[in-house]
Amino acid sequence: MANQTNLAKGKRRSESLPGDNGDVVVLHRGEVKKRRGEKEENKWKHIKDKKLRGQIVQREKLFGEAAETATKVQQWLLPSEAGYLEAEDLEDTRHFSQEAIVKEVDVTSARKAFDLQLPDLGSYTVDYNSNGRFLLLGGRKGHLAMMDWKKSRLMMELQVRETTRDVKFLHNETFFAVAQKKYVFIYDRKGVEIHCMRDHIQPLKLEFLPHHFLLASVDKAGILRYQDTSTGTLVAQHRTHLGRGGVLRMNPYNSILGLGHSNGTVTMWSPNMSTPLVSILCHRGPVTTVAYDLAGVHMVTGGMDGQVKVWDVRKYLPLHTYIAPTTPKALEISQRGLIAVGCGSKIEIWRDALATKQVKPYLSHRLAKGAQVEDFAFCPYEDVLGTGHSAGISSLLVPGAGEPNFDTYVANPFETWKQRREAEIQRLLNKLPPDTIALDPNTIGGILRAGNENQKAKLALSEEANKANAIAAGKEVKEKKKMKGKNKPSRRHKKKQLNVITAEMQIKRDLMAKQKSDSKKPTTTVEVNDTSLPLALERFKRK
Amino acid sequence: MKVKVIARSEEEFTKERSQDLQKVFRNLDPALHPQERAHEYVRALNAAKLDKVFAKPFVGALNGHADGVSCMVKNPRRLNCLVSASLDGDIRLWDVAYRRTVRQFPGHKGAVRGLAISSDGDHLVSCGDDCTVRLWEVPSAFTGESTGDEIDIIEPVATYQGKNAFRTVDHRWDSQVFATGGAQVDVWDHNRSEPINTFTWGADSILSLKFNPAEHDVFATTASDRSIALYDLRMGTPLRKVIMQTKTNAVAWNPREPMNFTAANEDGNCYSYDMRKLKYSMCIHKDHVSAVMAVDYSPTGREFVTGSYDRTIRIFAYNGGHSKEVYHTKRMQRVFSVSFSGDATYVLSGSDDTNIRVWKAKASEQLGVLVPREKQRHAYLDAVKQRYKHLPEINRINRHRHLPKPIYKASKMRHAVADSERKKESRKRAHSAPGAIPLTSARKKRIVTEIE
Repeated sequence: MANQTNLAKGKRRSESLPGDNGDVVVLHRGEVKKRRGEKEENKWKHIKDKKLRGQIVQREKLFGEAAETATKVQQWLLPSEAGYLEAEDLEDTRHFSQEAIVKEVDVTSARKAFDLQLPDLGSYTVDYNSNGRFLLLGGRKGHLAMMDWKKSRLMMELQVRETTRDVKFLHNETFFAVAQKKYVFIYDRKGVEIHCMRDHIQPLKLEFLPHHFLLASVDKAGILRYQDTSTGTLVAQHRTHLGRGGVLRMNPYNSILGLGHSNGTVTMWSPNMSTPLVSILCHRGPVTTVAYDLAGVHMVTGGMDGQVKVWDVRKYLPLHTYIAPTTPKALEISQRGLIAVGCGSKIEIWRDALATKQVKPYLSHRLAKGAQVEDFAFCPYEDVLGTGHSAGISSLLVPGAGEPNFDTYVANPFETWKQRREAEIQRLLNKLPPDTIALDPNTIGGILRAGNENQKAKLALSEEANKANAIAAGKEVKEKKKMKGKNKPSRRHKKKQLNVITAEMQIKRDLMAKQKSDSKKPTTTVEVNDTSLPLALERFKRK
Repeated sequence: MKVKVIARSEEEFTKERSQDLQKVFRNLDPALHPQERAHEYVRALNAAKLDKVFAKPFVGALNGHADGVSCMVKNPRRLNCLVSASLDGDIRLWDVAYRRTVRQFPGHKGAVRGLAISSDGDHLVSCGDDCTVRLWEVPSAFTGESTGDEIDIIEPVATYQGKNAFRTVDHRWDSQVFATGGAQVDVWDHNRSEPINTFTWGADSILSLKFNPAEHDVFATTASDRSIALYDLRMGTPLRKVIMQTKTNAVAWNPREPMNFTAANEDGNCYSYDMRKLKYSMCIHKDHVSAVMAVDYSPTGREFVTGSYDRTIRIFAYNGGHSKEVYHTKRMQRVFSVSFSGDATYVLSGSDDTNIRVWKAKASEQLGVLVPREKQRHAYLDAVKQRYKHLPEINRINRHRHLPKPIYKASKMRHAVADSERKKESRKRAHSAPGAIPLTSARKKRIVTEIE
């Protein structure tokens, strides 16, 4: 707990929100109000121009309605339905083995479950490209391979003879980045080395921000780097000051990166700020893994304390805690919200565990021969979980994991090379500048409240806070009435200081003004019965 | 156990034959389209930049007059037909699409000052400094394609002699009656050699005259006594008159809101009025740095074009305080006449350098037939531009217009002058008794008086 209080104290310019279980959430100033779910009318309240406000409100309403109707209509036109696994009678889904599932499904789907035995080249990291067609493997001891996994076709295989810690596809399957012993390297799909990025020293984890064309890496010294892969410029370099960073994950909703640290905090970063936007104390002990869901509502963290926690990243508050069998090494959330937890050689998959607390997992699986889980990746638009472990790769069938309906213009599993070429151009044209990364991506096009409004609110707050202190300080001071030495330099300086408006002075002034106004008030005069006065004295009568 | 996993057959999701179109599937789930606002903003920004790249408004010039083009009129019945007249008495009928003169109407001895075409498109009326008004017949069908070097010449149907030089003429919308302006307003019939009616109000010469497109008997004139006057043919006397601080050179009625008209003023501004309330103008359209010489409304009534003595033409929204577009070229001289084309796509300007220039009404519009996908694309980009136009970067790009140096400097100076005047007045007000210097709205300030 001492750790937590220190953290809260150490951040001077921040507010803390207590969560349950004594967890402390640290937010930067100004981020508190930027939560989602603000009412649409309130958003435009601050526009002074009545006519303009009317126009904007009307237009935004129209756009919103159009989008809503389109989604409503679309849901009846979607061609495919999601997968499912249902138990009958006394069965329990978590006892279904992979073999049993594979036996029940059709031949093409059965082929999607496979094991690759690669026991000699270290534990494997895996990554699927955005349409889920290609699988990239990276063995700890330098083995890289890319395969068209549905057709079981090896596209490229390479031995870099160096420790490789992470692999990541870039915007499509033609390029991928590898975190190697000293630097990050970029290879093309033939396995030819394209770039050696020497700015990234001893990288541990990689993440690619597809909308911004940014490749992020975190290294042994805890430095987070963003490099633009379309122009090659290093966009940002942030020192986390929180030690070795081995946990890095992007929130797909807003492209904010979450970093897990050995002191139990998860920090959220954008390239625009050198300090974390949010820092949450999640675990008592180092954070081992972090994952975000597709809608950006939930974050799941796993820690050395053997807990898996689900967080609401709109409020930065914990929702549920699950106890893992051992330290969770890898976590992943599928497109439809299934959580995969890998602890040692055991893999558990939880369904509906984000919004509600579940008592038992949906599926569980144990890797053969005690192989240890290293990395997970849910294949997009498929009911498949790719697992990299110490003995190779396992592809597991997880019914209900993937989004059944793809959008051709977002990710097309049946993409032709011409479509890929077109899509690449479109993505480059629509590339977002790094400044658009913010906790709430919908602030773009909104209204920035006038500076003086914020200032007024802040001033009022600070005055409130200072008042009590000032009164307390004022009580102890006794003023002497000294006439001697009035012209001494020190006295002159003191006198000048009296002109500076401080909280105490303001209180004094207010008091004086009040007294003055009180004294100005007409005193009640005694009514004199004038009728008795003689005429000569009439002129002295008070009017 | 009941189990189903996602399985897609390739045949179902890809095209059957090579000549088919690729199948497209949409899923509008917002989770699959994150940061859509940022994407829209970037698209709007790129569209704004591309608009600047494609802003090539000049289409071509109609070359043929030997002196400055004084007036122009479009045929309301034909898109490609334009009649223009110059200061040397030359009147030409143009096929705008081919940019060729198809007919000439010789006869005027001095400068031609006014042109009008009847609403059926058959008759042309011209008037000029030689104190004559001439009535011509406009050929009903012609094309500039086959025209060689020889240009057909047309004789006038009738010539009407006046006592003074004529400055302007306009045809009534529904009958064979037209009105001329000069020393007084004369109303003529095609079949009478003498005016059927005459209006005078003060001794000053009439500069321009325009019939109302909805109320056929009502027309507005501007005169050199700085007045804008309204007349009704059914009454023996003029209706009302507003006197401004500077004279108005031209006037144009809004065809969609026919009670409103816009006056092109000598002070470089245009003033939009409601003819029922002449106490104040509805909108002041500022931007020109010299006298505005001509004004014409788009047939849509949403915008109008002005030509100015500062050698530029500008396009304003009907309720916009500042111009949407400004067009200029190095060789374009003082602009005396402007006209919107009948389909609101082009703008024509006739200037002192003897040329008539054709411009696009929207500088970056793609001309020609658009395929549906292009149309959809343009519509989408227009929508996002509209949505994000208030954002500073997009606003800056949209607003920026390159101006010739003298005009840029002149406009700066006008701003400085206006600023200092405002400042001076506010200081005067601050140092005088409350109420001694009343606040007058800018829309009333330039109006001297209204006379009934």
